[in-house]
Amino acid sequence: MAKDLVVTLHDAVVLSSGFPLLSGVELEIEAQTLSVVTGANGAGKTSLLRLLAGLVSLSSGEGTVAGIDLVNGDLRQLRRRVGWLGHEGSFYNDLSVRENLVFAASALERPLDDIDAAAHRVGLGSRLETTTKALSAGQRRRLGLAWLLLRRAELWLLDEPYASLDDQGRVFFDALLADVVDAGASVVLSAHDPLRSATLHPREIVVRGGRVAGGAS
Amino acid sequence: MIRTAWLVAKKDLLIERRSRVLLWQVLPFGAMALLLSGLALGPAHAGTSSAGPGLFYLVMLFVALLMINRSYVIESTPGTRASVQTLGLDPAGVFLGKSLALCVELWLSGLVLLAGTVLVLHTGLHGALVALPSVLVTLAAMSAAGTLYGALTAGAQGAATLLPVLTLPAFAPLLVAGERSFSAALTHSGLWEWWLIVAVALVAYVGVGILLYGVLEES
Repeated sequence: MAKDLVVTLHDAVVLSSGFPLLSGVELEIEAQTLSVVTGANGAGKTSLLRLLAGLVSLSSGEGTVAGIDLVNGDLRQLRRRVGWLGHEGSFYNDLSVRENLVFAASALERPLDDIDAAAHRVGLGSRLETTTKALSAGQRRRLGLAWLLLRRAELWLLDEPYASLDDQGRVFFDALLADVVDAGASVVLSAHDPLRSATLHPREIVVRGGRVAGGAS
Repeated sequence: MIRTAWLVAKKDLLIERRSRVLLWQVLPFGAMALLLSGLALGPAHAGTSSAGPGLFYLVMLFVALLMINRSYVIESTPGTRASVQTLGLDPAGVFLGKSLALCVELWLSGLVLLAGTVLVLHTGLHGALVALPSVLVTLAAMSAAGTLYGALTAGAQGAATLLPVLTLPAFAPLLVAGERSFSAALTHSGLWEWWLIVAVALVAYVGVGILLYGVLEES
């Protein structure tokens, strides 16, 4: 039986100052799957993820993400339903790990009791009171994952999540993503190269020149 | 909206308490600017010049510009803006929260610099105390206007230098009304008409901010 589609894009175009970031993207992604978007620098991987997160608008074409129409739907509503982790990190540097998570949980109206569990799940249980700017790049990435665990998002969008992770971190990350998909969420992540994972077998979507050049459906 | 406002204000004030930028950078700058103003007036005019209220608001303008810029710098760490956007916070609440935090910061600065005005420029203490409520309302209006213009320039190329250019015309009537109100307090003359202008401006900026902040954020 075919699964529901969590993403459908048809002839999707995204322009920035007249320059096409995405030009005529055709894409379908089934729910409860793991997909990896690959491509060279500037191919449009991040733009595609930002479109799916509702962070940029469609300039033309049509599409739906998590059942929300990208043309006429409420993008603010879409943003609340996806989990976004950018490759730069995404936190207030002067706040502690706990304070960042309290802010996110409060904004999303999630119980604060979940914070300790999320921090322990990503291996930051002993760093809850550490100021975020004192964390290493890999620990900041783990904080981003804790932030996403709190969200309980139905679509996880991760921009180059394996950057800054050591081998141990990659294994941990693979296990976490497998759990997330098993729990019913969908994951789309970007990477320069095809995923080298012993446990994950994602669908590969190749992006080239702002178009999906392979693995569109 | 109120819940979001409280959440955002608490977060901004906590960051300020941690970073101590207001305490160790902005307030010393304001104090030095006030001291230099006093030196520029010269000892012969100290205590007799009517320039005290104007100089106070001129220094407060500098302080406000620094703090508005600071209010948006904390959101501009790479990735933070996108992550916070995906929290789907009510924009009216974000506006009120950022305005409230900025207002508290400007009030603290205002109290310190008002004391400095009395000490350095020899402005009458009684007049300064009478003027205090109007100063607080003026600074609240500057917070609301500054939050709006801060959002407008956030992320723009040269935001730090664009902010004063765009903000000054909006601040000008507030500064004039605030200065007139302060001067009136010192000379025991009509205070209320200037108060009224500032209060109306405060209500107008808060109303516009609640309505338009979401549009500014998206743009």
